[in-house]
Amino acid sequence: MKITHHPDAASLMSCSAGSMPEAFAAVMASHISMCPSCRRDLATMEHIGTALFEKLVPVSVSRPAPVAAMRALEADVDEQDARLAVIAGDVPQPLMAAIGAHLDKVPWKRVGPGVWQHQIALNDPSRGELRLVKVAPGQALPEHGHRGNEMTLILRGSYADASGTYKPGDVADLDEDVEHQPIADPVEGCICLIAVQGRLRFKSAMARLVQPFTGF
Amino acid sequence: MIPTLVTARPEGRGRNGSGLISMADFLQRIAERGDVEAFRKLFQAYAPRVKAYMMRQGADPNTAEELAQETLLTVWRKAGLYSGEKGSATTWIFTIARNLRIDRLRRELSWVELPDGHDEEPSPDALPDELLSQQQRKLRVQTALATLPPDQLEVVSLSYIEGLSHSEIAERLGLPLGTVKSRMRLAYHKVRESVEDLK
Ligand SMILES: [Zn+2]
Repeated sequence: MKITHHPDAASLMSCSAGSMPEAFAAVMASHISMCPSCRRDLATMEHIGTALFEKLVPVSVSRPAPVAAMRALEADVDEQDARLAVIAGDVPQPLMAAIGAHLDKVPWKRVGPGVWQHQIALNDPSRGELRLVKVAPGQALPEHGHRGNEMTLILRGSYADASGTYKPGDVADLDEDVEHQPIADPVEGCICLIAVQGRLRFKSAMARLVQPFTGF
Repeated sequence: MIPTLVTARPEGRGRNGSGLISMADFLQRIAERGDVEAFRKLFQAYAPRVKAYMMRQGADPNTAEELAQETLLTVWRKAGLYSGEKGSATTWIFTIARNLRIDRLRRELSWVELPDGHDEEPSPDALPDELLSQQQRKLRVQTALATLPPDQLEVVSLSYIEGLSHSEIAERLGLPLGTVKSRMRLAYHKVRESVEDLK
């Protein structure tokens, strides 16, 4: 897999800080699991977090080390096994818990001609939405009025827009106000994972009236 | 130019020199034989800092203390997953604290794994070299951070220490989102440059 479109370094930093809204963190984690180059950047960025963490003025703790609780715990071997297990499939490892290992087994819901989607439930939808979208060959990806940042990871097939062609592993990390109308590959179509910013930008009653348009 | 951040560190630089190796040793001892004394040492060294971190992330002192306890318990539980070549003990513990914070304070999934999660290229290099370069890398990053323009350091700290998203930082500082992102990028470029010649 040759990845040519990477997320913004600012997004990687936010990810390394643990400060990304969950929908975006999911897209980032999936890309990172496929991209050695971003993993290297992330490793450098972890040092930033560590350096700032070390600079914090410690706050004394009032309770001692939880030795009793520790003794009640066995070493966590299960978790290690789970992590080492490799499942053959086409879903990035971080997403497997949410959607399984095979894109073909996702419970797709048709939302228009040649367009299917599957919403991945997140704890706090106000901080962003995460969905898988499948688009038939040659079809335009649905217009979804940019109301903020948007991040797309290609999982199968490809799409093209004015900024280039996006293939599996590629990420389109878009600011608000970016106009784009991607077209899915004429042969393979496209399956992608999309995070969009939550609705916090629309706080006025006026804006709420407009809101129904923003779903696919 | 004076690396103000480094000199402002409460325990100075000396602790770093040996800190990494001995803390990693404690982790090793916990992993290998469930060494409770090693755990107490680790707890003393890290719990107060994890508590401080949690408070900066918005937890009240009580919750912060609970989360510090839980972070160190996780360290105990997962010590077997820690591997010295892949990162300093502090980085590893910080990552555990970070993930716990996402889970508990935000009730979200952390998604991004611990740094040891998926490195497909285990390094066969000599361990002392690895540790040395880790150590150098860490010092270089500290120095690079210390020489950042204050406006860049500010957004980086808000992101890493206060846990704010780019949009939240933009709102807090009354800046356009694009400005927040470009300050983050500039800061990272400086940090990356500072470690580029290291493996
Ligand atoms: Zn990448």
